[in-house]
Amino acid sequence: MEEKFARPEIRKPENIVYKRTDLLVDRPLSYCPGCGHGVVHRLLMEVIEEKDIVSKTIGISPVGCSVLAYDFLDVDMQGAAHGRAPALATAITRLWPDRYVFTYQGDGDLAAIGTAETIHACNRGENFTIIFINNGIYGMTGGQMAPTTLPGMRSSTSPYGRDVDIMGHPLKITELVANLPGTYYVTRQSVQTPGAVRKTKKALRKAFDNQDLNKGVSLVEVVSNCNSGWKMTPVQSNIWMEENMFPYYPLGDIKVEGTLVEK
Amino acid sequence: MGELRLMKGNEAIAEAAIRAGCDGYFGYPITPQSEVMEYLMAEKPYESTGMVVLQAESEVASINMLYGGAGTGKIVMTSSSSPGISLMQEGISYLAGTQLPALIVNIVRGGPGLGTIQPSQADYNQAVKGGGHGDYHMIVYAPASVQEMADFVATGFKAAFKYRTPVMILSDGAIGQMMEKVYLSDPVPRRTEEEIISQCPWATTGRPPTRDHNIITSLDLDPAGQERLNLVLQEKYRKIEENEVMYEEIECEDAEYIFTAFGLSARICQKAIELAREKGINVGLFRPITLFPFPKKEIRELGRKVKGIMVVEMNAGQMIEDVRLSVDSDIPIEHYGRFGGIIPTPDEIVNVLENKIIGD
Amino acid sequence: MTEEIIIAGFGGQGVLSMGKILAYSGVMQDQEVSWMPSYGPEMRGGTANVTVIVSDERISSPILNKFDTAIILNQQSMDKFEDSVKPGGLLIFDPNGITRFPKRKDINIYSIAASDEAGKLGLSIVFNMMVLGGFLKLKPIVNLENIHKGLEKSLPSRHHKLIPDNEKAIGIGMELIQPIQVLES
Repeated sequence: MEEKFARPEIRKPENIVYKRTDLLVDRPLSYCPGCGHGVVHRLLMEVIEEKDIVSKTIGISPVGCSVLAYDFLDVDMQGAAHGRAPALATAITRLWPDRYVFTYQGDGDLAAIGTAETIHACNRGENFTIIFINNGIYGMTGGQMAPTTLPGMRSSTSPYGRDVDIMGHPLKITELVANLPGTYYVTRQSVQTPGAVRKTKKALRKAFDNQDLNKGVSLVEVVSNCNSGWKMTPVQSNIWMEENMFPYYPLGDIKVEGTLVEK
Repeated sequence: MGELRLMKGNEAIAEAAIRAGCDGYFGYPITPQSEVMEYLMAEKPYESTGMVVLQAESEVASINMLYGGAGTGKIVMTSSSSPGISLMQEGISYLAGTQLPALIVNIVRGGPGLGTIQPSQADYNQAVKGGGHGDYHMIVYAPASVQEMADFVATGFKAAFKYRTPVMILSDGAIGQMMEKVYLSDPVPRRTEEEIISQCPWATTGRPPTRDHNIITSLDLDPAGQERLNLVLQEKYRKIEENEVMYEEIECEDAEYIFTAFGLSARICQKAIELAREKGINVGLFRPITLFPFPKKEIRELGRKVKGIMVVEMNAGQMIEDVRLSVDSDIPIEHYGRFGGIIPTPDEIVNVLENKIIGD
Repeated sequence: MTEEIIIAGFGGQGVLSMGKILAYSGVMQDQEVSWMPSYGPEMRGGTANVTVIVSDERISSPILNKFDTAIILNQQSMDKFEDSVKPGGLLIFDPNGITRFPKRKDINIYSIAASDEAGKLGLSIVFNMMVLGGFLKLKPIVNLENIHKGLEKSLPSRHHKLIPDNEKAIGIGMELIQPIQVLES
């Protein structure tokens, strides 16, 4: 493999312009090809490496597709019960106030079963970062309807499309917590293009920088695809996401330095 | 001897926690245990010792704060009462599965459902047999006095760290609410960051360049791996059964009959012993102090010497199952229980002893 | 010596604090004590009672169904606890609000009109201490010096200015208590 794809004569340190961060464990990711999780994992570890805070970082993995995030992220990590990551993070930041603490959660975890923990941690103004991957579906359990599933969107528990009269409306929890006094930075990003990836990395960096200020929760939502759950190819799913998810979940900063952004 | 105070059981637990060097308390109000957090908030240990005291949004949140806090290697605790403890079961199972040390106090009230706020012992099975999902145990201490409420906090922390396991103090509304004299032990300082890092190499303290990253999880998708974890847990429980049994025998030397009771019931039985002995009935009391590990051997030996055992509980008959499993002699073993917050009286207990056991 | 006491009345009458001061005083003279309240959602106006045990020995059950002394401050408590006094025991009641007087002939019954007297003297806040004074006249299980220490311990320091009134009330209660003779009906 090495021989076929790499030309050893140009693989010299002086030629390296980009490499995978050492904080991303060198093993195959368990995510579907084309999924956004892998990109967000990399960005997250790059930020921690660049800030040089690995010895002070503690992460909380959720229940969902990223349940095994601790296998890929080379920082101290604890696996939470479904939805409870903000409770763990609350205790950890209170007990180790000088540590950088993050939770990594999906939409079912953060916006359904963990709604209370999310809202109360945000409202208390805990000093940690929430990374919220919103793909509008329960990925790991097999494509069931999530609190963020769009109206009319099909899932295995809304096979004829989400009927909001029966199943309720998609929850914009990010806008909801932006209105709480305990959040300091709330933004919604995506990772489907190089430009979007760069913006998400900047957002993550800002979130971790905010922890130096101890001003409250920073929440970075990343609207992502779930090509397996949506039953599309990766390319189709990115187009569908841009056409359907982004209008309902518009990208951009929602709250910066404790102030809601005027639209 | 320590400092003498007159305190409620709930207050004694809170004060003992501060003095034992506790790092964090996470709780949610529920009768009849709210004095634990009320006392802590009034005492402000976050100013004196640096102990964190936080009121969570629910019992679900507080047990998961406990789980996160336990992962850091710090000394953490929560307290609640029966319905709240039911809500915590998932988190307790996680603590057991990840082998984290933590102290959970259950000031039991009557159930099922919303039940009553009056004292009960109906959570014996839930505490002793696991309670949440999966094969696990907690070490369970059953205090029978305000002094023991205080003492078992430090004992519980110690056992939790020795075995890396959740520990429960199983008390009830009466012992939580009543005041007795208590001798408080001298405060010990909270551990330093360096001490925690060296004593808890498994904890999430932040990965230094000198070690691999620590992962705290109970998930193992490989059945063989999950079985290995279960075997480790079971071996730990056998060690706990070997080393941690605590019990008390009162007036058992000449006893022909034995009351077996824990916690508040054991106190009431002591009064019943006074009344029975006035009537010439030689009865003693066997009081399990640890409910898991249950003092199996000790009750078995006692069972070989006496004519009958009466198990007194404020429930419909839970500990009696462990008594019957332990005793191997052919003697009557009967239960007397009141429930729903009704407390058996010493007279009732003596009557039942006379009719159900001696009358046989 | 073991004295097993039930104090019962309305919430807000100072039932629990009377028991607490008694228990603290017992601690001050190096005795074993227990203070077991009824607890529940009733705050002011509901029924409240507390079992106080003061003893030279280790206390067995903190919860009892027979008492050496019952101190009764309302009719509901009279109905509930008159029969719980051990034969030869003591029943003290404040006649204010009592509609049915006690009937037992095998116990010693005393009345203390503390509620009225405290109202007259503007000492309603220490009404419970008058009742305690009456009890201590009949059963001096704790001495006044230790009561003083007990008051200091059980009252928050911002209320220590009330200690003289409390002690005055105890003295008045000692004068006020009267034996009652139950007549043949």
